[in-house]
Amino acid sequence: MNFKIPKDIDMTQQASWCPGCGHGIICRVITEAVQELGVSNKILTVDDVACGQFGQFAMKYNTVMSAHGRTIVTAAGLKHARPDCLVIARPGDGSAYSIGIESTLYSAIRNDNILAIVINNSVFGMTGGQMSPASLPGMKTATSPFGRDEKKNGSMLDITKILANTDMAYLARGAVNTPANTEKTKKMIKKALQKNMNGEGFCLIDVLSMCPTNWKLSEIDACEYIKTTQSKYLPLGEFIDKGGDK
Amino acid sequence: MIEIICSGIGGQGVLVAGMVLADIAMEDGKNVSWYPSYGFEMRGGAANCEVKIGDEDLQSPYCYEPDILLTMSESAIDTFEERLKPGGVLLVNSSLVSPDRKYRDDIKVIKVPATDIANELNNHRGTNIIMLGALAGASDIYDVDHVRAGMNHYFDKKGKNNPKNVAAFDAGAQAAIEQL
Amino acid sequence: MAKVLMKGNEALAESCLRAGCRFFSGYPITPQTEILEYLCWRMDEVGGDCVQTESELAGVNMLLGAAAGGMRALTTTAGPGFSLKQEGISYLCGSDLPAVIVDVQRIGCALGDIFMGQGDYWQLTRGGGHGDYRTIVLAPESVQESVDLAYGAFDLAEKYRHPVLIATDATIGQMIEPVELPPMIEHDVDTYDWALKPREEGEPQRAIWNRYWDWEDGGRKYPAYCLEKYNKMEAEEQRWECVQTEDAEIVMVAYGTSARVAKSAIAIARKEGIKLGLLRPITLWPFPQKAFDELEAGGKVKAILDVERNILGQMKDDIVLATGNRIPVEFYGEYWDNMNEFKIVEYVKEMLGRY
Repeated sequence: MNFKIPKDIDMTQQASWCPGCGHGIICRVITEAVQELGVSNKILTVDDVACGQFGQFAMKYNTVMSAHGRTIVTAAGLKHARPDCLVIARPGDGSAYSIGIESTLYSAIRNDNILAIVINNSVFGMTGGQMSPASLPGMKTATSPFGRDEKKNGSMLDITKILANTDMAYLARGAVNTPANTEKTKKMIKKALQKNMNGEGFCLIDVLSMCPTNWKLSEIDACEYIKTTQSKYLPLGEFIDKGGDK
Repeated sequence: MIEIICSGIGGQGVLVAGMVLADIAMEDGKNVSWYPSYGFEMRGGAANCEVKIGDEDLQSPYCYEPDILLTMSESAIDTFEERLKPGGVLLVNSSLVSPDRKYRDDIKVIKVPATDIANELNNHRGTNIIMLGALAGASDIYDVDHVRAGMNHYFDKKGKNNPKNVAAFDAGAQAAIEQL
Repeated sequence: MAKVLMKGNEALAESCLRAGCRFFSGYPITPQTEILEYLCWRMDEVGGDCVQTESELAGVNMLLGAAAGGMRALTTTAGPGFSLKQEGISYLCGSDLPAVIVDVQRIGCALGDIFMGQGDYWQLTRGGGHGDYRTIVLAPESVQESVDLAYGAFDLAEKYRHPVLIATDATIGQMIEPVELPPMIEHDVDTYDWALKPREEGEPQRAIWNRYWDWEDGGRKYPAYCLEKYNKMEAEEQRWECVQTEDAEIVMVAYGTSARVAKSAIAIARKEGIKLGLLRPITLWPFPQKAFDELEAGGKVKAILDVERNILGQMKDDIVLATGNRIPVEFYGEYWDNMNEFKIVEYVKEMLGRY
């Protein structure tokens, strides 16, 4: 295989992710998808506060840093100012499904013509691995030290179930734990961007992403954890794929 | 400076009566403010507007000593009669107020059976216009012809002047003038 | 242009459109809602976007996105909703983004009530969001002044790359007065080079984020940058009106609707030979220090009366700061009832006995 660094990846700045983190891989597949579609000069991104924010150092796209949890709604606002651009919001699962869940829901309800790529590692990463809405049943985190207890902490949030009956354009879940899954995720991103170009509406891709540091696993075991555990609770696939009728 | 309070029940058109007076003042080049207030009920409750007209600079939009009080319900009289300036004009929709009601003796009370007149004219929504006519007829601040023309101008600007308005207005003015 | 009768809230909304604002995001709350309702149909006519968002938080953060893209953007709210706007205001300040935020003030904390009040002076002038920032706060006293200040607010916001707040109140918002509307202008989203658009190949990357990241060693340069910006605002943007202060022994300080009532109080007092005047701040921040300096230099003032529609006399702090405790300051407030010029004059008479 012939690996090349995508031209939209910035190798001059440092993105301070931990070893084995999925964020960098997601940035790579975003830039690959964008380049393959030839739309580099149409992309604006909105970054979240926390680990995802480093993406603005990894990718060369012009970007807005939103308040934590407001990534998707700020992206929707940016789209109003720049309707000809493709706007990508990159929140994490803590942001999109906890503090920002109302905006995630309402972008789906309003069918805002933007793409949300949610980097889902089932924890709050930057603050040290606290429980997120997407933490798995029984999962040990800094705030569920004895394992997520549904009676005490509530049940795990699967966004694909919550948004399943909305009129959004595209809802999918990918992962970056294997080359094959990463390729599939890239295809999802390309499909979603194409839908945004067609004006079809809101696209959300939940991407299962390794967090070896907070999962307290080795880099390789973290990839395996997605395969054996995270993706069992949060299955991969396409859940909404509205045909472009516009 | 002139202070006018129009008061009644939501739906009777008191706010519109006040707006006509505000518009006339504006067209006359005067300073004017129209300030609404409502009862705690969302519908069927009190509805009032306070209209303040002057040649001077801006002033308080609130009316504490009105020169004219246009009322369309008994509760409106209960609320505002005491505020009326000595010598001021109280317009009463006598169709809806007990004939035995006692009023202050230092004010001019004009009783117009506006709801009955509206029925006679087959213009049920014209009660406020009848009271507006009565106000023009009763108050020496206003000239009947000027207010009639101003009313027509106001509704014409809105693009919806009911041809029945003039008859209602004149009937109200006549009823008031007869009592002077 | 001929004058038209317009409700304060609607006139303000129309004026913002005429200033080239083509984006609104907000949430219904009394006594502000007419702005949202008006823009929901009027934006369509001028080719703009009006979004009724899921919350005030969403409203202000969606506005941030539109402002980042270069749009003239507006959000409006009242009382409890203004609390929720604070996060976004802090982010706008930290990101150097211009936008206009209107607070149609009502009364009280918690739910308070929907009626007339001046409950938010502290939050407006002190910055209710995190971090240290200031915002220009414009306080109109009439429908016409709402129009005039809103029309200029976007220029002011862009001059400083900073949000501008407009503090009206329930009375000004609900009141109808004759207004003259300014001409319609269009605003190009590419007017300023900071407005975000996609990067062209070969261009450096641009970001709208914590502003100090834009400089080498920015964290150390940022305080001086901020101080320069805020000092410039204080030097150039103080606005006020003085009414019969030349010979006044008691000077009222009031803004918004309370200033209107204070003007009526002057008319009554002067007829009785009482030398009463009014200093009306039009910018609540920067507070009109220059006006207070002139007042003090005149040497006639025995005492100052802060007149506000709230319980604690929120503006009194600023008056005391502006006069350095050299002139006694008292507070006259109303909460439940409308401000009343007769009661103010009675209070002034009592005051005169004390000084």
